[in-house]
Amino acid sequence: MARVGVITFPGSLDDRDAARAVRIAGGEPVELWHADTSLQGVDAVVLPGGFSYGDYLRAGAIARFAPLMEELIPAAKAGLPVLGICNGFQVLAEAHLLPGALMPNAEGHFVCRDQRLRVENAATAWTSEYAQGQEIVVPLKNMDGRFTASAETVEELESSGRVVARYMDVNPNGSLNDIAGVTNEAGNVVGLMPHPEHAVESLTGPTTDGLGFFTSIVKGLINA
Amino acid sequence: MSGTDNVALAGRTPDQPQPYKELGMNEEEYRKVRDILRRRPTASELAIYSVMWSEHCSYKSSKIYLRQFGEKAPKTDKLLVGMGENAGVVDVGQGWAVTFKVESHNHPSFVEPHQGAATGVGGIVRDIISMGARPVAVMDSLRFGAADAPDTRRVLPGVVSGIGGYGNCLGLPNIGGETVFDPCYQDNPLVNALCIGVLRHEDIHKASASGVGNKVVLYGSYTGPDGIGGASVLASASFDEESQAKRPSVQVGDPFMEKLLIECSLELFHKGLVEGIQDLGAAGVSCATTELAAGGTGGMDVQLDRVPLRDPNLLPEEILMSESQERMMAVVTPANVDEFMAVCARYEVPATVIGEVTDTGRLVMTWHGEVIVDIPPRTAAHDGPVYERPVAVPADQARLQADTPGRLPRPSTRDELRKTVMWLAGSPNLADKEWITSQYDRYVLGNTVLAQPENAGVIRLDDETGLGVALALDGNGRYTRLDPYAGAQLALSEAYRNVAATGAQPLAVTNCLNFGSPEDPGVMWQFSKATEGLADACLALGIPVTGGNVSFYNQTGSTPINPTPVIGVLGVHADVRRRTAMAFAAEGHKLVLLGTTREEFGGSEWAHVMYGHLGGLPPMVDLPAEAALGSVLITAAQETLLSGAHDLSDGGLSQALVEASLRGGLGVRVALQGDPFTELFSESVARAVVAVRPEAETRFVDICTQAGVPFTTIGVVGGDSFTVDGLFSIPLHELREAHTGTLPNLMA
Repeated sequence: MARVGVITFPGSLDDRDAARAVRIAGGEPVELWHADTSLQGVDAVVLPGGFSYGDYLRAGAIARFAPLMEELIPAAKAGLPVLGICNGFQVLAEAHLLPGALMPNAEGHFVCRDQRLRVENAATAWTSEYAQGQEIVVPLKNMDGRFTASAETVEELESSGRVVARYMDVNPNGSLNDIAGVTNEAGNVVGLMPHPEHAVESLTGPTTDGLGFFTSIVKGLINA
Repeated sequence: MSGTDNVALAGRTPDQPQPYKELGMNEEEYRKVRDILRRRPTASELAIYSVMWSEHCSYKSSKIYLRQFGEKAPKTDKLLVGMGENAGVVDVGQGWAVTFKVESHNHPSFVEPHQGAATGVGGIVRDIISMGARPVAVMDSLRFGAADAPDTRRVLPGVVSGIGGYGNCLGLPNIGGETVFDPCYQDNPLVNALCIGVLRHEDIHKASASGVGNKVVLYGSYTGPDGIGGASVLASASFDEESQAKRPSVQVGDPFMEKLLIECSLELFHKGLVEGIQDLGAAGVSCATTELAAGGTGGMDVQLDRVPLRDPNLLPEEILMSESQERMMAVVTPANVDEFMAVCARYEVPATVIGEVTDTGRLVMTWHGEVIVDIPPRTAAHDGPVYERPVAVPADQARLQADTPGRLPRPSTRDELRKTVMWLAGSPNLADKEWITSQYDRYVLGNTVLAQPENAGVIRLDDETGLGVALALDGNGRYTRLDPYAGAQLALSEAYRNVAATGAQPLAVTNCLNFGSPEDPGVMWQFSKATEGLADACLALGIPVTGGNVSFYNQTGSTPINPTPVIGVLGVHADVRRRTAMAFAAEGHKLVLLGTTREEFGGSEWAHVMYGHLGGLPPMVDLPAEAALGSVLITAAQETLLSGAHDLSDGGLSQALVEASLRGGLGVRVALQGDPFTELFSESVARAVVAVRPEAETRFVDICTQAGVPFTTIGVVGGDSFTVDGLFSIPLHELREAHTGTLPNLMA
């Protein structure tokens, strides 16, 4: 069974939910503690949402220096599948595993809504279960979700198909090009501002559209 | 250390003037302290007694009335811990228990809306942690001045960002509540925050310090000068003026530390490292030490100079009164201290042993070796003054009740009725509150089954069995102003109905009683009637009060607010997969109106919105009808007979249909039998409108008949407009615009 680690930083909030999503997708969630120094041989890693260290500095800026990140960064560069959700995306951007930065929302306050997205790249390790261009609805909830990067970086992301998901209907936070998620060049590291782990059960989510991120990795690892 | 007032000095200087009046004590209370101690109190002791005997901590004006919640409590085997502890604990089955409580943070939220509201959430969450429970959701009940008043644009966004900023950062879903505007709250908004926690039966922890030799550990944030401002009188006379200069009067919240405290405390409980626990809220160290000591072996020695400080210049009496947030106090056996400290270190939570439990019957505190406190802790924690304040019917009460809405012109033409539907749907109190609720995380923890604007919040407790709970929070200040006894009962009635509408069985009650000054006999009369009404209604409905909070002195100028008891009802779902949601989303399902509609407009939303009128009597209370309606809604949910259900309350049938239609994205077509105005806008209690699954119609009629609940098929779900046969048809998009545009426009 695919073993997917979920890192808990001080202030992580959606760690249990990410673990539940892995379980529902058929994988085995493995709790990872920020201060540990071993990835326990997991096959993939999720950095969950939350407010690590209270986001009192820039979101993700302190978590990125956690001891476990020193293990994660080289592993990710060597191909370990890593998904950063919301605060996890912010940590990955701060760690330069992903390009760009996440700034405070354009409207200046927290936004929680059911957000329609288009999957723009269905070839990453975390999106292979989706069809290219598929539209999905998952919750979005953040304070610092405005994706920003230099014009060159955005151009490069767009031309190389590294925009993983895009906001539809409304741009909830002022992100450049309506970008909701991006991937690295190799396609193993994905950062996503919306929360697919909150759309895995019809009882508690607006849809079950988010499950694909987790089945993608679980099936991909089994087939690999 | 020279200059610190101590017990020896107090014995030698009996006549030294003391600032008891500035600390809010009257002469009689000060005399009582001197009688207890048989000498004058030290500055530190005076600080302890003044805060512990304050209205806020001692309930001295309300105690004689609150007793009836216990005396009249219905017999139940569901209550594992009753009133008196930090929060009551209710058995919800399968070995699970739930604790819940609502508390006010009204005045701080007016002074500094963001921090005031944030620390209100923080305080109630710590109450829940100290019962050994994991906090799993929050709700809030808010009252502001007129929606278009300039100051509302300062207070509301601040309160909302404070509640959101704190709750979101803690990872607690906000699952419901209410927001009401009325000019009577202009200079005194109400911010009532509720938290619900869950635990296994065996994990209940109580606030007591037992076991001689056990250590007293203070953990969490460092202590600073915040929150002492209200008692800045300490600056007078013998106190150091220098250290007073820069202190904020409102506490500042650190939700990140609170999140660490939650996880740290739960691990401490889980590992069995805690003998007794108390959160530090109002009155800080004073409250925690006296209550822990009074609740346990009876004595405690504390080295107050060991309290870690953010500001090294704090005086001992300031440390005792500080309301710095995110602090807890635990009693730990000596053998467990090292492991306790290791858990705290893992979460990077500072922890310090500051004392130990004794059997001396005295709370003794030292400051660098000098004894500065030596008191019997019960005298501060439990034996404070109790007042039976004068009560008198307010002078304008009879005139108010005589001024019925019967004199107000009513809509009669089709166009007037149509416009009234639209005006109500877009009025600030009934308008969509998404501008507020979209700033709260309702998804975190992954167990939210229903959240605002649903009838009640519903969360799952157990992934496997589907066990869950429903919670609703309701209050109506206008009803309570017109008739306080009925008003409190109507609030309970509505919360009960909301919980039952989801299909949950109501189990227990919490309350936050927001009133004006207890020194005003008219306010005290309102309070006496409201508490009596609530206790009687809880008995009638068979659901006990498990705890609550009293907030007095809510005034705008010399005018008290409308008395506003906010009532929370907790219900249980054996399986949340069988809950009923409010949306009408199934084309062709028949709409059935349950209950009896009378011509009742006193205190109604219609009279308020159209005429700013408040007079007459509120709707008639009918608790047996409420219980019968509840039983129908619960059975129908268990048998999944309904595709949607919505309670009728403010704005009557019209507003209920508007909300359920917009939620489901489908129209409704109804035909009305009697006077359309009364049918559409009356606020009679014990009513709901439901959409019945076609295959379940016969069974549903049986259930209603058996329960004796009147039912009328009024129409059908479908189309894209709100249509009343022969009267009007309003396209849904037009309604949606009116309903959702109001708040964004006001706050733009």
